[in-house]
Amino acid sequence: MNSAIEPWVLVGQLSDIPRQGARCVKHDKQSIAVFRTMDDQVFALEDKCPHKCGPLSQGIVHDGCVTCPLHNWVISLSTGEAQGADSGATLCIPIKIEQENILIDVSKLR
Amino acid sequence: MKRKLVVIGNGMAPGRMLEDLLEQDSNAFDVTIFNAEPRVNYNRLMLSPVLSGEKTYDDIITHNDAWYEQHGISLHKESPIESIDRSAKTVTSKNGITASYDKLIVATGSDPIVIPIPGSKLEGVITYRDLDDVEYMLRASKICKDAVVIGGGLLGLEAAAGLRAQGMNVTVIHLAPFLMERQLDESAARLLEKALELRGIQIITKANTKSIIGVDGKVNSVELDTGEKLAADIVCMAVGIRPSTDLAQKAGLAVNRGVLVSDDMRTSDTDIFALGECAEHRDKCYGLVAPLYQMGAVVAKNLLNESAEYTGSVTATKLKVNGVDLYSAGDFAEADDREEIVLRDAQAGIYKRLVLKDRRIIGAVLYGDTLDGPWFFDLLKKQEDISDMRDTLIFGQAYQGGEPLDPMAAVAALPDDAEICGCNGICKSKITDAIASKSLTTLDEVRAHTKASSSCGTCTGLVEQLMTLTLGDAYNPNAVTPMCPCTEFGHSDVRRLIKAKELKTIPDVQQALEWKTGSGCAKCRPALNYYLVADWPSQYADDYQSRFINERVHANIQKDGTYSVVPRMWGGMTSSKELRTIADVVDKFNVPAVKVTGGQRIDMLGIKKEDLPGVWADLGKAGFVSGQAYAKGLRTVKTCVGTNWCRFGTQDSTGLGIRIEKFMWGSWTPAKLKLAVSGCPRNCSEATCKDIGVICVDSGYEIHFAGAAGLDIKGSEVLGKVSTEEEVLEHVVALAQMYREQGHYLERIYKWAARVGVDEIRSQIMDNETKRKAYFQSFVLSQQYAQVDPWCERVSGKHKHEFKPMADLSVEVV
Repeated sequence: MNSAIEPWVLVGQLSDIPRQGARCVKHDKQSIAVFRTMDDQVFALEDKCPHKCGPLSQGIVHDGCVTCPLHNWVISLSTGEAQGADSGATLCIPIKIEQENILIDVSKLR
Repeated sequence: MKRKLVVIGNGMAPGRMLEDLLEQDSNAFDVTIFNAEPRVNYNRLMLSPVLSGEKTYDDIITHNDAWYEQHGISLHKESPIESIDRSAKTVTSKNGITASYDKLIVATGSDPIVIPIPGSKLEGVITYRDLDDVEYMLRASKICKDAVVIGGGLLGLEAAAGLRAQGMNVTVIHLAPFLMERQLDESAARLLEKALELRGIQIITKANTKSIIGVDGKVNSVELDTGEKLAADIVCMAVGIRPSTDLAQKAGLAVNRGVLVSDDMRTSDTDIFALGECAEHRDKCYGLVAPLYQMGAVVAKNLLNESAEYTGSVTATKLKVNGVDLYSAGDFAEADDREEIVLRDAQAGIYKRLVLKDRRIIGAVLYGDTLDGPWFFDLLKKQEDISDMRDTLIFGQAYQGGEPLDPMAAVAALPDDAEICGCNGICKSKITDAIASKSLTTLDEVRAHTKASSSCGTCTGLVEQLMTLTLGDAYNPNAVTPMCPCTEFGHSDVRRLIKAKELKTIPDVQQALEWKTGSGCAKCRPALNYYLVADWPSQYADDYQSRFINERVHANIQKDGTYSVVPRMWGGMTSSKELRTIADVVDKFNVPAVKVTGGQRIDMLGIKKEDLPGVWADLGKAGFVSGQAYAKGLRTVKTCVGTNWCRFGTQDSTGLGIRIEKFMWGSWTPAKLKLAVSGCPRNCSEATCKDIGVICVDSGYEIHFAGAAGLDIKGSEVLGKVSTEEEVLEHVVALAQMYREQGHYLERIYKWAARVGVDEIRSQIMDNETKRKAYFQSFVLSQQYAQVDPWCERVSGKHKHEFKPMADLSVEVV
């Protein structure tokens, strides 16, 4: 009901995620990876590497990027695009922080 | 008045000497020759082609009767010399001819060795020296079937090939383990053996002839030591030659193995020269034609009073068997101060071996492709320094080209579609095109853009050569490889600076060493985290966010994002209780696959991340701890059952393995560390391909290290031997600590050992007790902080955020 009018959904608190870490948000069969960087920015990506669908939420977070745990592709947290010589992109989900609350925009999710 | 020259013998050496002499002064001497054979001078090297039917006697005559006549030389055929009278300066032949001399040349050649076994005097037993022998063999081959050749040297094999060509069944009996052992090495000899067998010649090596058995005074068969009997209508003895010195000895000349000559080729009597196979010069007798010709030239000059010296020869041999190409020269015995270059293509039947000493060729064996034989022989004789062409030397003269050598030639010559990186299926042109079109200048960039050399890395050398080819001087492979693109420092520098500057957190390191990125990358962060854990065990707080996922959640991530769980089974021992617990966990959590690992444990695969704490809780209740099968750290200590059960066991290998594992579990190392303890040298726990291995023997324990059985296969190095379990523990732990302190992150122990040197490691651990004990103590200190079961910690709540989703939106969206 709510989601039709209000796309932003609360998924947790900033303190739920370790710095340079990630947590998962389940959404039907999809999984969304929510990242927190060293400087407390947050990003949300579909938890699927464009290469072989590796779980990006399990990767190492560094400088606005995450390295996929399966084959070391480096994915930009802000654009979802593969860095360096690799090409491909993963779905990027709008996210914001209000006070300590993390909200994501679910309108783009299937 | 002309002086008188008498020559005893009319072989190839005096023949050539006379040519030299006549060419320089045809009027100096009246020449008289006494020949034991009823013939003129012929080319003995060509006996084999006569035997095989490729040539006739007439084809191989060097000097015919007309030649002697033309030069006014008296040739007495069938006139062997009976005696030399040195005071009267005369010689007398058996058939009563006496001739006086001013200068005498002894060129009596050599006699074939007949081994004195029973039956060696039977009719049908012959040697292989002169045309008489060849004629006998040719006649025999027309009426007989079976021939046995005793001796697998040059002559014997040529005789065998000739007899075979005449249609006989031929068997070669050879005493040594392989053919032509004086000219060949074993590899080349095996190729030769194969080629001869293909021609229908049977070869028996390591065979000693016991006797030759006759029937009615004629050869019938040959019996070997082993009792084996070989049918034989003729037996050809070709076991070697002996300088023919009887005459010289009777005349009172100095004789050793041969007639002794000095460098001017004079014997102990200054008017008498010796020449050819009968002469012994500087402790050597020669049986090959080249040195005999060189001696001949020296004799001719000295006869004409132009002083000349013979200084010895290096010899080269070519086997004259049609269709078999074989060339050998010089000295190729193995010795400590020698090096070898070998090229081997058994399929194509090619084998080349060069023996080097002090940057010079001293021996060469070529089989199958002998075209470069003379070139190698030339380098050998001239003793040329071959350092500059060493890399391509074995390929032969055509690959040297007189140009400055280009070690890249082989890579440059590869076709565009040649596969460089097998792991990723990357061909040459893909790499060179990428380098050119994307202006790549570092190995990392090439890896990133092409994937070549990014997997197992064994093609790194080739890729670097391609970069050098494409970029020229712009590429410097010797530059220190930075740890990652975040820094210019290599691993060694970073480790050194962490200690020197007392850097104790990752941000400190990045700040002090001017990292180019804000927080590093997935390559440097795990490395830095390890270095800090290893260097400051009591002070550094492990940064879990800098660990790879497996070490963060203490399980192994699989391709579908599930995990596998391996509990520790100390030394590979388990029990019904443990197995029952595992079975229950498998049922309770619907674990889809269970597998026995190579490290003697059980792997449960396909476990969902959120189930991990539950799985661990159940395993923990049965006493299991994490097997750390995911860790860059101590993995397993594989054991055999040792003296507990095994009838061959020499020590309690299981107990020792468990003891080591209980002491070392939980420790972090630069890369994974796998150990094994074998109860006897049969080595059932495969300790000699492990990072560290122990082999129990009756008298103690052999400690091994730096083995590999993964991307590389490598037998371990022996660290040393100790006599008690306590010593094993101290040495193994000290070695592990040294590696922990020096290894680069992800560098296995064998690569570290190759980098710092096995001897250096051995001297620090085996010979330096102070160092060893210090390493041991450092390890013990660090274990105080490391031996905490990570599964137990997480079951009790640590890092629980890792295992649960932060939110589940599924309901709200429906």
